[in-house]
Amino acid sequence: MFSWCTDPSAIDGLAWLSCYLTTGKHLSIYVSVGTVLLLLAITAPVALAFGFGGAMAARSHFAPLSWLGKAYIAIVRGVPDIAFFLFFVIALDQFFEWLRHEVKCPDWDQPIRQGNDFVVCAEAKLPLSTAAQWVHETYGFSLAVLTFSIVFGAFAANVLFGAMRAVPHAQLETAEAYGMSRRQTFWRILVPQMWVYALPGLSNLWMVLIKATPLLFLLGVEDIVYWARELGGSKTAKFTDYPHPDWRVWYFLALLVFYLAFTRVSEIVLGRIMKRLTHGQATMGGEAQRKAS
Amino acid sequence: MSCWETIADYGLRSIGIGERLLPRDNFTLCQQFTLIGSGMLWNIYFGIVALVTGFFLATALAVGKASKITPLRKLAEWVIFVFRGSPLFIQFFFAYFLFLSLKGVSSAFDPLTSAWLGAALVLFLNTAAYTGEIFYGALLSVPKGDIEAADAYGFSGWPRFKKIVWPTMLRLAWPAYTNEAIFLFHATTLVFFSGFPAWQQRGDALYYANYFADKTFNPFVPYPILAGYFILLTLCVVGLFGLINRRLNRHLPKERRQKMRVRPRLLMR
Repeated sequence: MFSWCTDPSAIDGLAWLSCYLTTGKHLSIYVSVGTVLLLLAITAPVALAFGFGGAMAARSHFAPLSWLGKAYIAIVRGVPDIAFFLFFVIALDQFFEWLRHEVKCPDWDQPIRQGNDFVVCAEAKLPLSTAAQWVHETYGFSLAVLTFSIVFGAFAANVLFGAMRAVPHAQLETAEAYGMSRRQTFWRILVPQMWVYALPGLSNLWMVLIKATPLLFLLGVEDIVYWARELGGSKTAKFTDYPHPDWRVWYFLALLVFYLAFTRVSEIVLGRIMKRLTHGQATMGGEAQRKAS
Repeated sequence: MSCWETIADYGLRSIGIGERLLPRDNFTLCQQFTLIGSGMLWNIYFGIVALVTGFFLATALAVGKASKITPLRKLAEWVIFVFRGSPLFIQFFFAYFLFLSLKGVSSAFDPLTSAWLGAALVLFLNTAAYTGEIFYGALLSVPKGDIEAADAYGFSGWPRFKKIVWPTMLRLAWPAYTNEAIFLFHATTLVFFSGFPAWQQRGDALYYANYFADKTFNPFVPYPILAGYFILLTLCVVGLFGLINRRLNRHLPKERRQKMRVRPRLLMR
């Protein structure tokens, strides 16, 4: 990277470190931090949308839809989330391939599950075996995003469902008395008011989402955990200019600090947002603010 | 091979009793049920060890965080922040590699690199931090009147804490603590997916479920079995903690008792 790095054996101290930390492989760990941030940026709104849909379904007066919504909310309670991550990634992959299989190869007569194999015709493979490397990576990443969104959507649905019920009932009754339809009441009265009740739960969820990002590693995405293991492992002089013993403990220490800092910053930002939102609200928090000023 | 034989062979496979070789193909439903159930032994072991030991450290952390002595308070605050602010997954990795490098220093650290001790230690610290925060919140909401009454009766220092403050703190914290216990059991599934190796393929429930899913390419059988086991375990935890909750609240009139409501709030680390 730098001009003084051309002969690694001749330098030491900070100069050596600056060279070591900017090797090509190390640049990919910095890129993978971007992957994590990208995952968070995409997953948060998608999961919120899933959650909103789930909460709406659970409130529905049409019984099967309400059961569906409640079942979706309930899945997060009894079962470890990591099991869902591992399950959905394979299940979604097979579901997509099966759909394409049905469409593209209608005259395929063998069963899809043959013993221990899952077989679809070559045209239905996702991504196609001829596809470029980046297509494979993008596909893996989008599967991960979808899985995260489904699981965290269930958490968000739980929070939003609670928030919708926390809005004072008199508000809804007043809206009805003014002749609003159910739909109007929902969109014009309930939804605008529910956010202040939902925010504590949602900010907790955001913290949990941050802390769940290392699980990307289990879904087969080359994320920071992957690179920390890869780069930290002992390197011999034969394969690299920077030989070193097992340094994985330092790499994971760096990850630990990264996550701690990220959580702390989020805590501060979310605290500010909460302060802004409670301002002037007829809740205990709002009252406390009024008295303090 | 009948199902009873399978259970006899694999029922305790995860702790090294019974058949050494895992089945390789033609997996029967019975084999999957037995092996995943056998793996649950590890989850239960980790959960119970961490809960029981973590409980005491959590009390200490809560008292420390509420303490007037600044160094003590700072220490408790930092422990709680570090373990609550970072992912458990990373903590497992970091601890494993730390123990691995300690192993080079002295052979006294050898057992730490195996899951039964090393992972249990991490889970113990982790749950102590989460529970410590819960207990701290409860400690702050112990009614002032209770403490004044204790003072009036001549209680002070350790007896006052043991007889008055601590039971009330537990009673207030119990619903949230139940939640924490449930999610601790869920968190035990991470052990064998982080650094800690499953020696001789003796893993936990998720390890075996993942094994079957990898071998059969069919996630629709092993994971629902795992889910079923965990729902059962969750029900047991809720039942047991409910009994303790009844006992903690036994002096209160019915309508003032704390209701147990399980909510996924502190979910996942």
